[in-house]
Amino acid sequence: MPESVLFRGARVVDPASGTDEVADLLVDGGVIAPSPGPAATMLDCDGLVLAPGLVDLHAHLRQPGREDKETVESGCRAAALGGFTAVASMANTDPVADNAALIHEVLELARAAGTCDVFPVGAITRGLGGEEMAELGEMVDAGVRLFSDDGRSVPNARLLRNALTYVRAFEGVVIAEHCEDASLAEGGQMHEGLTSSSLGLAGQPREAEEVVVARDLAIARLTGGRLHLCHLSSAGSAELVRRAKAEGLRVTAEVTPHHLVLSEEDLLTYDTNMKTNPPLRSGEDRRGLRAALGDGTIDAVATDHAPHAVEEKEAEFDQAPFGTIGLETALAAVLTHLVEPGELTLARAIDALSTAPARILGAGDHGGPIAPGRPANLVVFDSSAEWAVEPPFASKSRNSAFLGRRLRGRVVHTMLRGELVVADGKAQR
Amino acid sequence: MNRHLLSIHDLSAEEVVRILDTAESFREVGTRVIKKVPALRGRTVVNLFYENSTRTRISFELAAKRLSADVINFSTGGSSVSKGESLKDTALTLQAMGADAIVIRHSSSGAPLTLTRWVRGSVLNAGDGTHEHPTQALLDLYTMRDRLGRLEGLRVAIVGDVLHSRVARSLSFALVKMGAEVTLVGPPTLIPPDAAAWGVQVSHDIGAVLPKLDVCYMLRVQRERQRQQYFPSVREYARLFGLSRERAGLLPDRALVMHPGPMNRGVEIDSDVADLPRAAIEEQVTNGIAVRMSLLFILLGGSGSQEDEQEAGAVRLPEEVPAGA
Amino acid sequence: MPAARLMDEAEVRRSITRIAHEIIERNKGADGVVLVGIAARGDDLARRLAREIGRIEGQTVPVGALDITFYRDDIGIRAEAPEVHETRIDFDINGWTVVLVDDVLFTGRTIRSALDALVDFGRPTAIQLAVLVDRGHRELPIRADFVGKNLPTRKDEDVRVALREVDGEDAVLVDDPVRSETGTEGVRS
Repeated sequence: MPESVLFRGARVVDPASGTDEVADLLVDGGVIAPSPGPAATMLDCDGLVLAPGLVDLHAHLRQPGREDKETVESGCRAAALGGFTAVASMANTDPVADNAALIHEVLELARAAGTCDVFPVGAITRGLGGEEMAELGEMVDAGVRLFSDDGRSVPNARLLRNALTYVRAFEGVVIAEHCEDASLAEGGQMHEGLTSSSLGLAGQPREAEEVVVARDLAIARLTGGRLHLCHLSSAGSAELVRRAKAEGLRVTAEVTPHHLVLSEEDLLTYDTNMKTNPPLRSGEDRRGLRAALGDGTIDAVATDHAPHAVEEKEAEFDQAPFGTIGLETALAAVLTHLVEPGELTLARAIDALSTAPARILGAGDHGGPIAPGRPANLVVFDSSAEWAVEPPFASKSRNSAFLGRRLRGRVVHTMLRGELVVADGKAQR
Repeated sequence: MNRHLLSIHDLSAEEVVRILDTAESFREVGTRVIKKVPALRGRTVVNLFYENSTRTRISFELAAKRLSADVINFSTGGSSVSKGESLKDTALTLQAMGADAIVIRHSSSGAPLTLTRWVRGSVLNAGDGTHEHPTQALLDLYTMRDRLGRLEGLRVAIVGDVLHSRVARSLSFALVKMGAEVTLVGPPTLIPPDAAAWGVQVSHDIGAVLPKLDVCYMLRVQRERQRQQYFPSVREYARLFGLSRERAGLLPDRALVMHPGPMNRGVEIDSDVADLPRAAIEEQVTNGIAVRMSLLFILLGGSGSQEDEQEAGAVRLPEEVPAGA
Repeated sequence: MPAARLMDEAEVRRSITRIAHEIIERNKGADGVVLVGIAARGDDLARRLAREIGRIEGQTVPVGALDITFYRDDIGIRAEAPEVHETRIDFDINGWTVVLVDDVLFTGRTIRSALDALVDFGRPTAIQLAVLVDRGHRELPIRADFVGKNLPTRKDEDVRVALREVDGEDAVLVDDPVRSETGTEGVRS
């Protein structure tokens, strides 16, 4: 049982309860205490923000299979340093997480690391092959609440229909789709437009995503199932979701920090760190995504943390794999580029980074409310501390889309079930 | 001038003129008995050709040798990453060898720019993926200026698979920069959707365009594009867009026919037409050496240690020019 | 500060006439003589000399132009590559006496480059050198056979020859030291 901790004078922002006030907060026995009092550790949080620990709906921890790029342990440490107390790890490992045994293994690795809670995501189809449903029920028994073939879409509409229908048998289970039409996206290295043309690179149009978003929403309507859409990159996709929600469909959506901050023009230097899938699109798309996040059409911010080896990313642009790491920069990116300029309130930002994803994931212990008796999964951060995004990172990989930039927003403390896993900006494990 | 030549956008119109004017002097050197000058004696020029291209490589090799530079040929056939050394490791080796200039041809767009991060010498783009081929564009400008006396106001059509052609890109940008009027001709599937932003016109009717041209520039069309379904058949392509003998008759008398090579005789251009006197195809090859000598001389002939030396930076977007401006 | 005039129009004209006479005298006539002017002003001077020789001897002397840029010894040392001018030698120099013509003889490096360039064109019987102005400060063992005028100068001064064909007047001018050299026209050898 961790020692008691008193957070003194923090600005407590808790979207789940609508709180935004300066207060003292005592944590004792791993839970929030009824009222503040003396503690074994007293932390001065003057000028700092205290919020429910962040929750990432979408990260690739690469273990098993590519432990050179990341492990559950290094990924969790990176997450904790980024202020996350819970992370959903995607199923496209090697072997694929399409069975209970692998789910158990990932859970065990996370437990041993002890720096962050991991919610393993199960594959929808066997081996991510897109042809046969995986044993979803068995994985639900192992604790899975989110299923995704992320990396690709479920190619067969009938199969998606069956999956969405099948999981209605299980409480709180969500199918998360990576929306990409393989034929339209084929060969595309980045967004198709003036920039890709200038760079002489094949592009994929936003319709490659929108076509599948439209399909998936129609199937969600047909089945009444719970659908979550991963990493939206197009304003058009957001608009489709807006209409679907107005209609009452049970759909949620996420967007990455890099899609909120960057755009296709940032690729003019052929910088592979910004080569992502879905790609960074136009300024118009970025505007649309920000508006959708602001009005709740897009529920959550998720990192799509995708570590890759240095030599793979240092290759020629069209040879380099897609992806950017993001656990350590997500909060700062959102604070610097959306909250600071006034496009997003701090409360909504924390809602998008913590409360909403916790709800979608069914991670009841996370996301707030910060109330007596609730597990103490918290983050304390300095929203104005400026830092440069450069190695060394806690992640084993260095492929950050924000490499070389300066961001404002530094995590000071991260607390997992009452234990300070990050204190004064340093990982304790 | 910039230390590297990666794209036509790296050059101002004045710099283009200087390159062409200097090439005149190098063409004169090519007429001497001793076709060599000591200008780049002691320098090392490396030809780093990841794509097979005997013609371009030899052109660069001759250019460097006639400037008395030492030449190293490093050619690999096929994909760079799956076989053997990474581009980075090759670059570091060349850097250690003290290469003053590296001429690189690569199948990945952007590879030359990536190379500049690892080497101190000058990098010359001899063709990267579907991005650019600036030296080809410059030698084509040279040929046009030489045969027709000017560049400004020239009416040029670029015909064929513009979408996949790095030559078409560089040439379009270069011609627009020098005040020529460019029309891209081909099936809609092979014209880049954003071509209007390049400052060019687009047409799908070659017959309508030919009578008003000073230069008809034919691009190679790969049969693979038919397999990728950009057009239904080679036969239909040739019928609609090929430069047959009859079609060539529509051209004004003084108009030039050009082709970057190698030609698909019978697809985009008939054999008869390629062998006509108005076809400047062989001159393009001769002029290539003079233009490449000019480039090597200008890039390596200065120490580059001035405040206007730039690090190779971002690709610049073509300035937005309304079509027909 | 305006340039000082070291030679005026009449002096330039008389020098050219005298050099023409000296070339004829030294070579016992104009047979077997060709003039090669070092670009750019040397070229114009060579043509003037050829006209003078033609007027005196009634004989046409072949004239060529030689750009020595590719033979310079300072390529890659200055910030920018030097500007290139036209080379035009339409005749065979083997067995002929070549009179190199330049406007100003200074360090001698231009002449050294010109000798190397000429030798790549063939093997002349002899090479002679005619200059309008010799301003001293040689850095190489080079001397002129025919000199219009010897003018002592400070090494940092900039001496230029103006010719009617190009500059609208004939004169030899000297300027105060130039602080930075951007192109190559400022270099006089």
